[in-house]
Amino acid sequence: MEITDKMVAKTATKLSAEDIQKGKVLSVKWTPKLKYAWDNGPALGRYLAELKNGRIIAKKCNKCHRILIPPRMFCELCWVPTGEWVYVQDTGIVNTWVISYVDWKATRLDIKGGVRPFTPAVIEIDGATKGMGILHHLNEVDPWKIYRGMKVKAVWKPPEERIGAITDIKYFKPIE
Amino acid sequence: MRRVAIVGAGLTKFYRNVQETPKELAYEAAKMALDSCEMKLSDIDCVVNGTAPDAFDGVHMKGEYLSDGSGAYRKPYMRHYVGGGTGVLSPIHGWFHVASGMFDTCLVVAEEKMSCAYPHPAGAFLTIFDHTTEQPLYPTLIWIFAIEMNRFMTTWGYKKEDIALVAVKNKKNAIDHPSAQLPGEITVEDVLNSEIMAWPVNRLDISPTSDGAAAIVLAAEHVARRVTEKPIWIDGVGWCLDTAYWCTRDLYYPDYVEVAARMAYKMAGIKEPSKEIHVAEPYDPFTYKELHHIEGLLLAPRGKSVEMLKDGYFNRDGNLPTCPSGGALGVGNPIAATGLMKIIEIFLQLRGEAGKRQVPGKPTCGLAQAWGDLMQVGTVVVMRS
Repeated sequence: MEITDKMVAKTATKLSAEDIQKGKVLSVKWTPKLKYAWDNGPALGRYLAELKNGRIIAKKCNKCHRILIPPRMFCELCWVPTGEWVYVQDTGIVNTWVISYVDWKATRLDIKGGVRPFTPAVIEIDGATKGMGILHHLNEVDPWKIYRGMKVKAVWKPPEERIGAITDIKYFKPIE
Repeated sequence: MRRVAIVGAGLTKFYRNVQETPKELAYEAAKMALDSCEMKLSDIDCVVNGTAPDAFDGVHMKGEYLSDGSGAYRKPYMRHYVGGGTGVLSPIHGWFHVASGMFDTCLVVAEEKMSCAYPHPAGAFLTIFDHTTEQPLYPTLIWIFAIEMNRFMTTWGYKKEDIALVAVKNKKNAIDHPSAQLPGEITVEDVLNSEIMAWPVNRLDISPTSDGAAAIVLAAEHVARRVTEKPIWIDGVGWCLDTAYWCTRDLYYPDYVEVAARMAYKMAGIKEPSKEIHVAEPYDPFTYKELHHIEGLLLAPRGKSVEMLKDGYFNRDGNLPTCPSGGALGVGNPIAATGLMKIIEIFLQLRGEAGKRQVPGKPTCGLAQAWGDLMQVGTVVVMRS
């Protein structure tokens, strides 16, 4: 058998975006309104509580000796319960990054209108095991001048505005 | 374990917006697969279905929803899902059913309708991230792929203009594919000048939003020999998941793809993959991913895939043609259906039935691979004629 144009011709019918937008194609629209209350568990619960205090905490695996961030109750590599809590720094280095012209819905940012692109990055946190990174945003830096290994530091919200969330850190900015 | 062959295949057209419902797409592909090997639904002992996030189609329990279109009425039926890796897990899942001796035939169907999610299916991915540490930062999949691409580039010194050659190659290959959504002759400049989505990813570095379905028929050896003169054997399967703590992995290299590939190679008795694999369909949802996967599959030395790409090594007439179908970048990327489309391409290539896409040299051994979840799953199938 060879799959031919003729065979696939009637398998799917193309609709144009224009016809959909103009309502020529009948469709049903629905916006789910769902809410969740997620429990964070003991490890991330303490992580968030410490963020509220303006500190970053990790947890150590006593088998592989990695200092794990974000902290976790079990080591995913050794498959054993983790050991003691360890405070780490609120500084680190940029492992890898992106200069994003879109938001989470893939909606375009108004870059030409002066909106700053998002610059999320994987940041290796000082004090944690090398390579242990977290996702966060970079700011107060020209997006095009970010480089691998750039030293950065957390910019915290004022204590009264912190709620115990990853967003208690507003972003990371270059140290030098 | 019994030997299992692919004996039939079906594929719909891929488009961004199709009128047909997900069930109807599944039906079209499944029917074509059965017709291709002159089998009836009553010849099928069991059905498996692969389909990616329920959030795309907006139907929770999508496997159950798709069961009718997949021909599963009152048959043993099971749905599987490992994100983007789903489509190549599909034949593996079907393979269990037949290799185990439990069933003699299995219909494998993969479907995706991504265009339903508004304003863009990318939004449906927010909830795959950790709800405490990542979702509050509003990440999107494009970011994490751009993050991975950047790591891959800076590690090896790869340039964007070189990686763009993957889009040029695949979209050109897709011109000859009857299901293709985005075929075309483009240049490296076109890729570099296309809209920046999330640097280093430009618009033409990304596969499109697609709707489509694919299906294959699997049979145990004694049935396969009766059904067709050209069974294509599933000789090796491998799959593996890495940790979901994706920020704590070094993203320059997909270890999990290598683990999955080694599992499949061992089963197929392959010692030197770069010599023994004649044609491959690595997963290419983004340009860099094809190269990332070629290295992970041990089809090129680490850090050397770009050089080989520039030399034409992976062209349709090159030493090791990759994505001769046109891949996700050219044919389109209805997630689960893409992986199975890749399996079907290798099936047709090994049978010498790929038409204008046929790679030269009468290939007898091929591979298809997919990847997904939080950049953590690798699925690999090795096939022989």
